[in-house]
Amino acid sequence: MAKQPTAREVLIDPIFNNNPIALQILGICSALAVTSNLNTALVMAIALTLVTAFSNLFIAMIRNQIPSSIRMIVQMVIIASLVIVVDQVLRAYAFSLAKQLSVFVGLIITNCIVMGRAEAFAMQNPPMLSFWDGIGNGLGYSLMLIALGVIRELFGAGKLMGVEILPLVKDGGWYDPNGLLLLPPSAFFLIGLFIWGLRIWKKDQTEPATFKLAPQVREEGE
Amino acid sequence: MSSNKESTARTLIVALAVSLVASVFVAGSAIYLKPVQEENRQLDKQRSILAIAGVGGAERSAKEVQDFFNTRIKAEVVDLTTGEIKSDLDPKTFDALKAARDPKTSIELTGADDIALIKRREQFTTVYRLQEEDGTFAALILPIRGYGLWSTLHGFLALKPDLNTVIGLGFYQHAETPGLGGEVDNPKWRASWTGKTLFDADGKPNIEIVKGGVDKNSPAAEHQIDALAGATLTSKGVDRLLQFWLGEQGFGAYLEKLRAEPLASQEGGH
Repeated sequence: MAKQPTAREVLIDPIFNNNPIALQILGICSALAVTSNLNTALVMAIALTLVTAFSNLFIAMIRNQIPSSIRMIVQMVIIASLVIVVDQVLRAYAFSLAKQLSVFVGLIITNCIVMGRAEAFAMQNPPMLSFWDGIGNGLGYSLMLIALGVIRELFGAGKLMGVEILPLVKDGGWYDPNGLLLLPPSAFFLIGLFIWGLRIWKKDQTEPATFKLAPQVREEGE
Repeated sequence: MSSNKESTARTLIVALAVSLVASVFVAGSAIYLKPVQEENRQLDKQRSILAIAGVGGAERSAKEVQDFFNTRIKAEVVDLTTGEIKSDLDPKTFDALKAARDPKTSIELTGADDIALIKRREQFTTVYRLQEEDGTFAALILPIRGYGLWSTLHGFLALKPDLNTVIGLGFYQHAETPGLGGEVDNPKWRASWTGKTLFDADGKPNIEIVKGGVDKNSPAAEHQIDALAGATLTSKGVDRLLQFWLGEQGFGAYLEKLRAEPLASQEGGH
């Protein structure tokens, strides 16, 4: 078995080297849905980071007790409980944001990043290391969300966190916003561009082609 | 140890223990945070009342909203069957939605009566009056609700003192599809309600949500609203809930009473 990674490695690695969105292509759904403005993107990023960190922590604490036949459902119970608590806290202290995020906070339960880290890391590693791994993956997710949120809100609405940065034409300014950026598909294009950029920068992330397109065969006599 | 870990008894114990701890954790946080959440919900409702009445809710702080509510809004509990004001019920504590669930304080609606698909209608409900600084009546705000596509839409309708012209309509709680039915929250659509008239000359409800755009030149335009694109069922739901609440089953009797007595001359509470 490979030697145990250090806390620093598990914390830093997922940000660029093993980004959950850009390399593992996990958590795309919420990355499209909540990034039309920076506020919701930030809250979602914090919520997911906390849930991943604490679910990793608790699962790692009882990893030697969990029978393998029910390990998935035990992970789910822990993750779901944490998500409900996060949702309750948001409703109590950030009501309007909770209203905007609506169903997406609840959907952290099904976010593959959380479950993926629980199964792939926390089941084999000690609690504190798992906790840092959760924070690290949360940060990797957060980085993507914040980048998307900034681009989409700035160029889609001319604002950042609701504060006007680029004065809009309709309010007498000079900036004509790109409405496409406020729609979920724009995040798809942006994520694609990010992945492209990241793989040019870090060549080892480029995946080998899984199959080759066969050359076109022309039949005789045509 | 590791073979023991997989035994049936052990599996059951771990499952039980995890469920127990998790449920205590979840229940504890839900109960602990409930008062704060309740306060938020109240505030959100008050904000939406102010916004729908056209006096701005979103930009006010929590305290400003409460102050405004205490000085300029007068709440009353109304008997929907007779249209009388129930002065023995305190509008601050009376919960119309709770009353609607209790068979003792609500009536069952069936078939053609239940066009808004709400199953039960409360006997009494809370209405709000917006007053100018000097106490004159400026708007009547009625609670409305009805089923859309996925959920019951809860909202308010604000009327001018003529009890016919719309100041605003909006929903503070619903679970319609974001981007389609959820566009009931769209400020543009909400603005399209302002200035429409709800009743025809005989006092019958006459408001319609139409597909394919309202012809501004037609005489019926003031009774028509453009439907939401891609949300036929939510639009229908809004249409039907208005028919219900403006009709005999809803605020019909109360509005009748108000029309009979000139409101503007009524003294302004507080």
